[in-house]
Amino acid sequence: MPDSLEIDRISKRYGRLAALDAVSFEVRPGELFGFVGSNGAGKTTTMRIALGVLAADSGEVRFGGAPVTHETRTRIGYMPEERGLYPKMKVLDQLVYLAELHGLTNTQAHQAAESWIGRLGLSARRKDEVQKLSLGNQQRVQLAAALVHDPAVLVLDEPFSGLDPIAVDVMSEVLREKAAAGVPVIFSSHQLDLVERLCDRVGIIRSGRMVANGTVGELTTSAGAQLVVTAPGAATDWTPAVAGTRVAERRGGTLVLDLEPGADDQAVLAAALATGPVTEFSRRRRRLTELFRDAVSEKGERK
Amino acid sequence: MSTISPARAVRLVVKRELNTRLRTRSFLVGTGLVLVLMIGFILLQSSTTGGTGTSRIGLSGQAIGISGPLRAIAADYGLRVEPTTVPSAEEARRQVTSGDLDAAVSGTPSDLTVLVKSDLNGKLRSALARITQQQVLDGELSAAGLNPAQVMGKVSGANLTVSTVEPPDPDKEQRSVLGFAVVVLLYMGIVGYGALVTQGVVEEKSSRVVEILLSTLRPWQLMLGKVLGLALVGLTQLVIIGAVGLALAKATGVLTIPGVAAGALVWAVVWYLLGFLLYATVFAAAGSLVSRQEDAQSVVAPVSITLVVVFLIGLNALAKDPGSTTSTVLSLVPVFSPMLMPGRIATGAASGLEITAALLLTVLCIGLLTWLAGRIYQNAVLRTGSRVSLRAALTGR
Repeated sequence: MPDSLEIDRISKRYGRLAALDAVSFEVRPGELFGFVGSNGAGKTTTMRIALGVLAADSGEVRFGGAPVTHETRTRIGYMPEERGLYPKMKVLDQLVYLAELHGLTNTQAHQAAESWIGRLGLSARRKDEVQKLSLGNQQRVQLAAALVHDPAVLVLDEPFSGLDPIAVDVMSEVLREKAAAGVPVIFSSHQLDLVERLCDRVGIIRSGRMVANGTVGELTTSAGAQLVVTAPGAATDWTPAVAGTRVAERRGGTLVLDLEPGADDQAVLAAALATGPVTEFSRRRRRLTELFRDAVSEKGERK
Repeated sequence: MSTISPARAVRLVVKRELNTRLRTRSFLVGTGLVLVLMIGFILLQSSTTGGTGTSRIGLSGQAIGISGPLRAIAADYGLRVEPTTVPSAEEARRQVTSGDLDAAVSGTPSDLTVLVKSDLNGKLRSALARITQQQVLDGELSAAGLNPAQVMGKVSGANLTVSTVEPPDPDKEQRSVLGFAVVVLLYMGIVGYGALVTQGVVEEKSSRVVEILLSTLRPWQLMLGKVLGLALVGLTQLVIIGAVGLALAKATGVLTIPGVAAGALVWAVVWYLLGFLLYATVFAAAGSLVSRQEDAQSVVAPVSITLVVVFLIGLNALAKDPGSTTSTVLSLVPVFSPMLMPGRIATGAASGLEITAALLLTVLCIGLLTWLAGRIYQNAVLRTGSRVSLRAALTGR
């Protein structure tokens, strides 16, 4: 029975700086959870606490309903950002060693290592030292290292940074496959289009606090949409007097309006028609990128 | 899949250290270099003391007759000679020039002429001088109407009687060389492999491997595994160097007390392990404070400097007198014990009680330092970025 990973109100202070302030979210079995935030927002700290390599000041991390202990930790596959591998150790030796440390016998460890080496296209490099590999290949080895002991949870810090499109596809495919097998997968990334495409759910963290958490659909819907209205007959400073709308942008006769959730877009159309012909009227759903900008800017703070 | 037992965890870490270190070129080159230096030293030692070197002496003319007395007298001086007959003075000169002969002797027994390449060995000079003097003396005694054999019998019968308060130790010189060798080897081993402990800890930290390792290992398991692994690598080197040195010194005759030397080597191994454990955990804790190799020097320096000072003071005390109060007291202080005590044991100056006390105190000190270092390591090893202050590492704040 697959279990979910719960982060429950974890806080961490470094001196006077609150690195994390009651961060909570849950990654369900079979779910890909995208964790986004600016640099220094607390993504890595959260992941390290989830993994138990860092202790939280308060709060709890649970897996399958029970607090994470040293025993459960060995079932987590972890990929730290840059590098998490011995630079001078050979690819195969490294994977076998890590698998053995996670409780596999030497034979099992060899099988698992060889299988992931084949799967991730590293066969030609299996006897090479990690430091002699290209950045992308090193990252593949890292992924193999996180997966080699068949973990029940995957925690990946910036797995996509610096990868070429082919490597991104390989990585995405493996992550989807793992999630489909019922493993909760959480990864952090700055590539928001990728997160939007790949993830079931997204969490946005800002200065150590979660500012958004939900499915991509939920987030973009609740954040409101934008309306694009082109009414050539309207005055240059025309603004529809409808509650819950705000001018985001004005270019020539085209007006872009921010629409708060629940605002009446039909009232806007009616107001536009009152000025004369309307040549364009469309509703644009917010992209995650825009949502992220809002969330990490002052607007996010007010919310 | 399950959590691995602590014993297996430590064993895996040790195995990795052995695999990665023993196969490296630096280990092979380092061991080879020390061996070459040591072999060179021993050979030099054996040629200067002339332990087993045989001097080839070419005799020509009337000097051929001294062949017998030369062997006997040379033996008195601890020399081995191989007298041969050469047909002519020219031939003798040629062979000395080419190095086939160490010396060519010609002339009459009472007036010998020696030809050497550049310098005449002091003992050989004395031996040859005695032969001529003997010849002259024999002639004079016969001329005075005395029987030379009778007179010489009386002369050699007159002996000096020496009595000592303490029985002399004929092996004193060898023992003190042995003591020095042990101290230097231990110092090199502890400093060299201690630095590797720091380097290994920083490598794991800077590459963030430690984050993955510590998701399955406990910090103490990783630290212990690393320290033990490198201790074994260093031990392998020490034993190779020690055994080769011992065998070679015995074969060349530089060393005539192989039993004592083997005992010293065994003690050296014991003290190497203790000394390594004493210092290596401190080296590991020092490494855990920094995140980059560039910063490692600054945290290793205090430990290395302490070791150098300990080494110099220890060596100095040993050189002056391994049995002095200073040597005895210092060898009981745990930071000094691992280097000074094996030296004193090799020179035969340490009593059983002193050895036991030093062992106990050192083990106690290892326990204390391991606890302290383990605490620092555990608190600091996952903190990346700038150098962690010692106080922060100790308190975990």
